[in-house]
Amino acid sequence: MLLYMLTLISKWAIPLLLLVVPIYGYIKKVPIYEAFVEGAEEGFTTAVKIIPFLVGMLVAISVFRASGAMEYLTQILNPLTSRIGAPSEVLPLAIMRPLSGSGVLGLSTELMRIYGPDSFIGRLSSVMQGTTDTTFFVLTVYFGAVGIKKYRYSIVTGLTADITGFIASLYICNLLFR
Amino acid sequence: MLNLIWLILLASGIIVAALNGNIEIVTEAALGAAKGAVEICFDLIGIMALWLGIMKIAEQGGLVRSIARLLKPLMVKLFPSVPPDHSAMGAIILNLSANMLGLGNAATPFGMKAMQELQELNVGSEEASEAMCTFLALNTSCITLIPATIIGVRLSFESSNPTEIVGPCIFATGIAMIIAISLDYWFRSHSRWGRKR
Repeated sequence: MLLYMLTLISKWAIPLLLLVVPIYGYIKKVPIYEAFVEGAEEGFTTAVKIIPFLVGMLVAISVFRASGAMEYLTQILNPLTSRIGAPSEVLPLAIMRPLSGSGVLGLSTELMRIYGPDSFIGRLSSVMQGTTDTTFFVLTVYFGAVGIKKYRYSIVTGLTADITGFIASLYICNLLFR
Repeated sequence: MLNLIWLILLASGIIVAALNGNIEIVTEAALGAAKGAVEICFDLIGIMALWLGIMKIAEQGGLVRSIARLLKPLMVKLFPSVPPDHSAMGAIILNLSANMLGLGNAATPFGMKAMQELQELNVGSEEASEAMCTFLALNTSCITLIPATIIGVRLSFESSNPTEIVGPCIFATGIAMIIAISLDYWFRSHSRWGRKR
């Protein structure tokens, strides 16, 4: 039932938006096509503007990941995180969470393939994937779009939210699924 | 802070690769990622154009303003430095709603629009404003009511209950969001980072 409703919403949300907004605009006597084009024009400049920011960030993250430095970090953190009930298998996922959205998806898919989606690790990795956003990507893209170079305390806030999300996922999964 | 993190990511990666005798991987990863970043931006162009176009219609019809008015009491508390009727408020609400519904590709354009509106208030500074930091604290910790991607992955591996993780996800993100908002509030009022230099 819940699954049916959720898939229904996610299937219909975008078509509905594309229908309701133009109808609403037309009723309100907005020149809808002209307004659309005017708005769409901004899309190009904004997307191009973020390129240098995204190149800088993705290169650093990619080098970090591909070199195996991440596995060392996992080994260093493991004694600490195993104490709060985190299986060592999900640790790379926790480290990847703020860095790369596609990385997280790849890792959690792999964990579900190996352990099954209904295992503790499968459930925990699902929850971790669904919790908080890719902090570095969001900061890079959003600040990049307006040319902000000094992020001030927003990195600390974002990373603290990621750590909190990880601990809260562990807590709730240990409570419900153990 | 960002400079240090960037250096650590790069340097630790290169050192580890060198120690493992696998230095070629650095070149490969760096060049691949640089190319990939541009591809991501190109993919974004069309999606951005679509959603910013739709948003413009909603804006000119006054829809964005009405939505913003509905949530005004809450928004004024969260963003004290933004004038209550500023168009940034509407864009922020659209972004967070799209995030909650799991419409990732619509959320990004709305979010950038919100940042542009906030940047106008920031008079073109290169330093993030307080409102921007609050917005991103909300954004990175935002609840997703419909985590469609994960449910899809779970379905593909024949989970007996693919949606059982929705509740736990909302719980964990909710906690993360509370912490993020509190910390942001604390920074805004106490930290030296919180003040304009």
